[in-house]
Parts: sequence; C-alpha cells; structure tokens
Amino acid sequence: MTSPVLDVRGVVKAFGDNVVLRGVDLAVREHQVVALIGGSGSGKSTLLRCASLLETVDDGQVLLDGEDITDPRVDADQVRRRMGVVFQAYNLFPHLSVLDNVTLAPTAVHGRSKAAAREEAHALLARIGLAEKAADFPDRLSGGQQQRVAIVRALAVHPRVLLLDEITSALDPELVGEVLAVVREVASQGMTIVMATHEMGFARQVADTVAFLDGGVLLESGPPEQVLGDPVEARTRQFLARVIDAGRL
Amino acid sequence: MRRPFRAFVALTAALALAACAPASKSEDTGASGTSAGSDACSPAKLKTLKADTLTIATDQPAYEPWVVGDKPESGKGFESAVAYAVADQLGYKKDQVTWTRVPFNAAIQPGARPFDFDINQFSITDERKKAVDFSSPYYTVSQAVITTAGSKADGAKSVADLKGLKIGAQVATTSLQVLTDVIHPTAGPVVFNSNDDAKLALQNGQVDAVVVDLPTAFFITAAELDNGVIVGQLKDSGTGGDQFGLLLEKDSPLTDCVSKAVDALRDDGTLADLQQQWLSDVADAPVLS
Amino acid sequence: MALLSTLLFAATAYLVVTSAPGWPRVRATFFSLDVGWKSLPPILAGLWVNLQVLVIGGFLVLVLGLLVAITRTLRGPAFAPLRIVATVYVDLFRGMPLIIVLYLVGFGVPALGLQGVPTSSFVLGTAAIVLVYSAYVAEVFRAGIESVHPSQRAAARSLGLTHRQSMRIVVLPQALRTVTPALLNDFVALQKDVGLISVLGVTDAVRAAQILVGQSFNFTPYVVAGLLFVLLAVPSARLADHVTARARRRQQSGSLL
Repeated sequence: MTSPVLDVRGVVKAFGDNVVLRGVDLAVREHQVVALIGGSGSGKSTLLRCASLLETVDDGQVLLDGEDITDPRVDADQVRRRMGVVFQAYNLFPHLSVLDNVTLAPTAVHGRSKAAAREEAHALLARIGLAEKAADFPDRLSGGQQQRVAIVRALAVHPRVLLLDEITSALDPELVGEVLAVVREVASQGMTIVMATHEMGFARQVADTVAFLDGGVLLESGPPEQVLGDPVEARTRQFLARVIDAGRL
Repeated sequence: MRRPFRAFVALTAALALAACAPASKSEDTGASGTSAGSDACSPAKLKTLKADTLTIATDQPAYEPWVVGDKPESGKGFESAVAYAVADQLGYKKDQVTWTRVPFNAAIQPGARPFDFDINQFSITDERKKAVDFSSPYYTVSQAVITTAGSKADGAKSVADLKGLKIGAQVATTSLQVLTDVIHPTAGPVVFNSNDDAKLALQNGQVDAVVVDLPTAFFITAAELDNGVIVGQLKDSGTGGDQFGLLLEKDSPLTDCVSKAVDALRDDGTLADLQQQWLSDVADAPVLS
Repeated sequence: MALLSTLLFAATAYLVVTSAPGWPRVRATFFSLDVGWKSLPPILAGLWVNLQVLVIGGFLVLVLGLLVAITRTLRGPAFAPLRIVATVYVDLFRGMPLIIVLYLVGFGVPALGLQGVPTSSFVLGTAAIVLVYSAYVAEVFRAGIESVHPSQRAAARSLGLTHRQSMRIVVLPQALRTVTPALLNDFVALQKDVGLISVLGVTDAVRAAQILVGQSFNFTPYVVAGLLFVLLAVPSARLADHVTARARRRQQSGSLL
C-alpha cells in the first residue's frame, strides 16, 4: 500500500468556544478523487483550510507525501506551493488579466520564465476553451468562466493535490455544468482531488470515495454507491433525505 | 414645471430682500465732520459707535512698552497713556473709554469697524491712506536691529555687514518693510507671524538678527532675551513710514477731531512727557551706516 | 428652462451683490485689478515654495503612510510592539493640531541643539507636515487594505505567495485603487496646509499675500493667492477622477455575478 498523498490524522480545530473539527481522519491516495459532503457548519471548509495550512490545527497532524506539514518549524509558504486550492468565490485577482492570473504563481513563486509560464497558461486555457479570454480582465467573464480559470490557475503550478471548496455553490445553476466538466477532465487526467460539494450527482459519477462529515468527525466514508445509495449511518440517511428534498440529488 | 419655477422665484425674491436689509453705517454718517467750533469735538457731538463712549481698539496681546501687562485699561504703557490723553482732550472721562481687541485684518478691513479708533503702532503711509484714515502722528519711530551676544550679527557696524545674514521681522510691520527695503538681505527676509516667534527663532539661532522698532528693541533686549544686544538703529525707514498714527475707518467723521486732539497734545508737551515716561531709554543706540 | 433659470439666477445674484451699499469699497478692497496684477510675481514666487513642499512632502507622506498602515495590519504576536508603536503614532498625530506640531518641531527641535539635526525651517516644516498627514493617510491605506476581500489574501497564500508577495502583488494594488478618492481629498487638503510652514518664517504664497496686504491695507492679494490655490487643486482632482473611473471599470468583479 503506497503512502497517501494527503493524510489527515485526528485533526481538531476550534474557533473560540466553537469546536468545529473533533478529530478527523482522512487519507487520500494518489489519483484518488474524494468528495466531501455534509451540512453547513459541519466543517468541510475548515478541514480543507487546515489541510492547505490556511488555518492552524489545534491538535492532530496533516501529512503531505509523508511530511508533517503542521509542524511549526515547516515553512508554510513552501508547503502551499505544492497544493492547489479553489474557493467558492473571489478567486481571481481583478486587477490582473486572466493570463496574468494564471502565470503569477509559476513566475513569482516557482521561478519559471515568463515565456514558459505564458505558453503553459495558453495551453491550459485552451484546454478549458477560454483561450480567447487570456487578455481579458476577470470582470468580463461569467461566474462559471471565472471558476474554470481559477481551477486552471491552481493547476498551473502542478500541485500534488487539488482542494476544491464548494466551487459551484455560488454559481447560477446553468453555469455549474461547465465547471464540473473541467473537474471531471482534471480527475480523468489523474490529479488527486478533495472536493467539498453539494453536487451529489456529480460525486456519484466522478468520485472514488465519498466522505460524510457530521458533528466534526468523518461519520461515514466509502464508495459513492454505498454512501449515497445505501448508507450505514442513520445521520447519513437523514442528511441525504434533506438533500433529495431540496432537489439536489 | 410650475412648482420648481415658483420655488425659483421665491429664492430670487429672498436674495433681493437680503440685499436691501442692513444699511451700511456709511449711509448714516451724514456730514463729514467739518467742525464749526471747538465744541464740535465734544462727546455730545461726536458720532462715536456708542453714544458718550469712546471705543478704542488695540492688539491682542498688546506688548510692552506700548501697553504694560497686556492691560490697556490700566493706562500704563506709552500707547495706553496716549489713548487716554486723547480721550481726555476730546472730553471723555476715564470711565467713558472702553477698550476692544482687534486683530490686524479686522482693523484694516473695508466697511464698519468695531471701534472709533485703533492704536497699535500703525505707520502712516500714502498707500495705506487709500484704505483708511490716520490721525496726525503721535510718535516718530526708528527701527533697530537686535541680536544675541556672539551671533553673526553681533558687532555689525553697517547695513552692508548685515546683508548676508538671516534676519527676521514680523509680518505687516514697518520693521519688515525696512528690513526688505533698506537692509535688503540677499536671502530675503524671514517673516514671522509675531515678534514672539521671531524672538524664539533668534534665541534658537535660526535667524541671526531681528528688526523691531527701537522702543521694542530696548524692551526685548533688556527684559526678554538672554544676552540680548542692540546692534544699532536705522535712520532711514524707506517707504515703510516712520510715524505712528491712530487708525480710523476711511472718511470717518471722527478723524478731524481726533487729529486736532493729537496736535493739541503735541503742542502742550503731553506727548513729549509721555515719551519721556514710557520710552525714556530710547534715544541712544548706535546708528548703522 | 434650465438655462433660463440659471441665467436669471446669476443675473439676480450679480445685481444683488453690486447694488449692495458697501460694494464699491469691497470691490476696491478685494478685487482691485491693479493691486492684484502687481501682487502676482511675489505670490507666484511664494507658490513655488508651496509646490516644493507639496511634492517632497506628498511623496514622503505616501511612503510613511503606507509603511505605518502595513505595520498595523501585520499579524502574529512577534509584531505586537511594532503594531503598538504604529497605533500610538497614528493616534498622536491625528489628534494634535498641525499648527502645534509645526511649532513643536519647527522651534522645539532647533532649541534642543542636537548635533547633525537640520535646523532649516523648510526642512522642519516639511517634516512636521509629513508627520501629521502620514497619520491620516495611514488610516486611509489601512481601510483600503482591510476592504480587500479576505478570500483574495487566502487565494494568494494558497498559491504559495509569501505574505510580502501577497501584499505587494494582490492586496495593495486593489487597496490603492479603492482609496484613491480619499487620498486625493487628503492631497488637496495638503496643498493648502503646506502654507502653514510660513509660521516658521518661510515665505510661501499665503505669507507673500499677507505681506502685501500689510503694506497696502488692500485685500486683493488674498483673493489672488486663493485663486492660484484653486487652479492648483483642480487639475489633480480631474486627473484622479479619470484614473479612478478607469480602474473601477476593471474592478467590478470579485464576486460571481
């Protein structure tokens, strides 16, 4: 058994008196696609932020390729270079063009030459069908287009793992599909992905594993057919029932 | 369309009314005070601000030796004494005199003033006569250069010795005018809001010397500066004017009578006596060539 | 209709002013063309001083203000002493009237007699103005920095940018565009306040006007100086409007619409 790319062990995180994560364990293998589901306030975003070192953990460890990245002596900036994160909104930098958004990290952080970075950026944008938007500024793009560029921007640095935090939740319904299409394509190329999402249908089709986060712990996790189709835990059933009611399944 | 138009008309009418409302004092002052007989200059006949009261203005604060202790009502200090002497000459008793404090700009502004006359070391010049009235002069002043012992200006014997130095003076005074015209420093004058600021700069060494009128020079070097020294006095005041006069509103009905009062005080020796009393040290300072 | 009412209003105002009983005196005292024309050279010479202080001081204010603002936004317990110093500085110099700071710095510093410290009134006056205005500008910058959505910073950090890089490349450019109108306000105020260094003995445009007024007892030089200051302020206002509008057109996004 190869060691996981991303290994979350017993992570505890509280904000003041509010304990959000009460000891979460999650191991993500290379090329695996994990869909993280759960109600609002269940800690999905917090878990992803802890994993990407945007938050410190109160207890527990996070290992990236076997290295304990939650150790205070580790240079967090260096670690974050190896991960890609896409948020729900406010991803792109509005004062930079689309192309500059994508080439920023490769040139400023990874020291690649401007020419090489540009070439790769154009290729990435072409892959998602937005090559002609390279010179535009984000305000000219639709929400769906912006999120797609955000994904590609995260990919430009060749991360070890891609963390997606409810990237379609703020979009108009008709724009969700194009974004999910990109995620599907990225997954099929072998990227390791952890995505917090409400899109159960998508999770069923693309994820290898679905993990249900409830009350600050990972209550249930397994293949989509099991967790989404015939869950073991009662709470999982209740959650899914509510989601079906809301018309999201 | 109608309502805005009505509002517009109302606004215009209001403006027009405001224009007519307060008639300026100059409309009221009728005859321009040419006196027929000597009692045309008595309290009963003089058109002062307040009936039977003479309102005199001076600066805030008022400095020595012109006013002692910043209390013009005390009658102590050359200008305070002169003011009461003029009031007395006109027939006002001491308790018929009220004082008011007026900053420089308010003294020279066009339009009605809050005083009958202002006494504050105003030099009489033709240019200024276009804007205000002056009484006959009550004092002839010369300007002096002061410094601290050991400074670059100490020991200067002539104007030429001072040309290359940093020299200060208070704005809007004859001292500044003399500094600019007669001494004409190559770096230009250093202009301060008040003599206090100039003194401070002198003490700090930020300027090498300061120009003030001679009585003030004696007072400052004796009482206020550490190691103060009078470098010398300047005989020629250039276009700054070297005579102090009482300041009145342009074409004031009081000018004639006030001037006559000052003339009377000069003729009977009162002004000389007051000078002797309050400005006695003044005569001897070396003259700069 | 609009044109007609404007003309009527202007005509009425004009008539009201010029038929006031004191008008001839006021016109001679405040609007004398002859005095005004003669006062132009010395006032322009003084204005040159204003401009020098404005350019040098303005630049220093931007630098110092930005430094203080960034210091106040630093996180982490290690930076606490720096943050405290910055906060005290801002409170102190926003609280003190500029004229008092001018006196304290302009007369107090030379009085100390320290070696190597400049005593030129121009330098000290500019320093006093920089100290006070930087405190205001620091707060403007800080508000701008804090107005940038926190997700922007998160996005920058998640890409691996260091704190310094995130500030320089992502946060500050956006913050600056947001605060340009407020900065311009302060700049216009600065243009006028630079004249206050005249209390230290430096002759600027206002002082030059004051000297002329003192000689002639005519107020027209003040009007001339005032108009020159307005002429100075208008172009910078229009320029900043233009820059802000262009930047805002680009910056509509951030959220997903």
